[in-house]
Amino acid sequence: MAEQQQLVLLDFWASMFCMRVRIALAEKGIPYEFTEEDFLNNKSQLLLDMNPVHKKIPVLIHNGKPICESSIIVQYIDEVWNHKAPLLPSDPYAKAHARFWADFIDKKLYQIGRNLYTTKGEEHEASRTEFLECFKLLEAELGDKSYFAGETFGYVDVSLIPFYSWFQAYETYGNFNFEHECPKLVAWAKRCIKNKESVSKTLPELPKVYDFVQHLRKQYGIND
Amino acid sequence: MGTSSSEIKLLGTAASPFVNRVQFVLSLKSIEYEYIDENLACKSELLLKSNPVYQKVPVLIHENKPPLPESLIIIEYLDEIYPDVHPILPSDPLIRADNRFWANYIDTKVFPLYEELRKTPEKEGKEAIKKQIMEVSQLLEEAFLKFSDGKPYFGGDKIGYLDVVLGCFLGWTKFVEKHNEFMIFDEVKTPKLLEWTKRIWSHEALKDAIPGSETLMNFYMMLMKYKPPRAA
Repeated sequence: MAEQQQLVLLDFWASMFCMRVRIALAEKGIPYEFTEEDFLNNKSQLLLDMNPVHKKIPVLIHNGKPICESSIIVQYIDEVWNHKAPLLPSDPYAKAHARFWADFIDKKLYQIGRNLYTTKGEEHEASRTEFLECFKLLEAELGDKSYFAGETFGYVDVSLIPFYSWFQAYETYGNFNFEHECPKLVAWAKRCIKNKESVSKTLPELPKVYDFVQHLRKQYGIND
Repeated sequence: MGTSSSEIKLLGTAASPFVNRVQFVLSLKSIEYEYIDENLACKSELLLKSNPVYQKVPVLIHENKPPLPESLIIIEYLDEIYPDVHPILPSDPLIRADNRFWANYIDTKVFPLYEELRKTPEKEGKEAIKKQIMEVSQLLEEAFLKFSDGKPYFGGDKIGYLDVVLGCFLGWTKFVEKHNEFMIFDEVKTPKLLEWTKRIWSHEALKDAIPGSETLMNFYMMLMKYKPPRAA
């Protein structure tokens, strides 16, 4: 089972998708190497070879074989290293329910969030409304639980918590306040950071991500 | 080893490939179910309550559990609760991850590109999208060669996850090909996939689920009405 494993993660510090994988690996106590990709300007040959279809990070390379797409990678990690810190519940319905919410987060948050700092006018307004609606749905799903699955940190928490590091950027460009809009989610995020070393050691500081987003806007030629 | 039909209910509409996909799996696993037909132009209270987040079909209702939407999630759930009859996903985690990767690719490309083609009014725009569709089918041919490894299906000797995920689009693929006068799967560029489409099309478990051209045309007209093409 745990024979000599070679694990390499193709990574980018600001990517919430990469953060998911790093959190999952840390939860399981799995050692790995990582390569920071110069994702915006100069993708490595290794990345292009390992993910020829999408050319995106994260990519986890396990004994030379690539696994792509963060949600797929996290599920893979959970299945292979199933002896410690299970991320998905074992009950099939609870598992499906967790997958549904992780899938919702995947379908919605990144793209709509991106619109907050790349668009203006009507498109920006529509995105802002939709973004807040998504978070309200997540807030309702979390309810008064400590974590999405109840008392234990799991798959949906891993999927969502990296977005917390982007909150300052979203608040600034979306012109709203998360504490005001979804206080339970903010409390949940702080709980994850306080209780989970895998999270506190992985998430970059919010101002650092905000600076990165400012840099991105310059690169896209977006003015204030 | 059938299950009583009251245990499983499926909310669907005949023209939806995502619904067909779930029906394909239910059929492969010999699971009886109650089918509840939805009119997407006038969604029922049951659908709106069962899938408040997306308000889409398919939705699976199993016994007294809360309803479960999203076809790929439903399929994995069915595979876990009925693991002994015709397993759909492979057991090896790496091959499973690869299957999930290609399912995700198929779902982000195939139907969205067909929809994009429908919504694009001008000829030049349509030609550009047709080109993208053919690039996708080329990649899928390569994926098929890898997964099938000389055997008849993506799943090998038996129908597997990607056969179900891609196979459900065959009705719409033929419709789009006819309507737009081009071949998405052909003998030159995608010979193995073309053979596969014939195999899948005639498979016991799928042939009753794939909608006929009249059903597709009616659905197409509804889409044209409620989600019309962009202004030229």
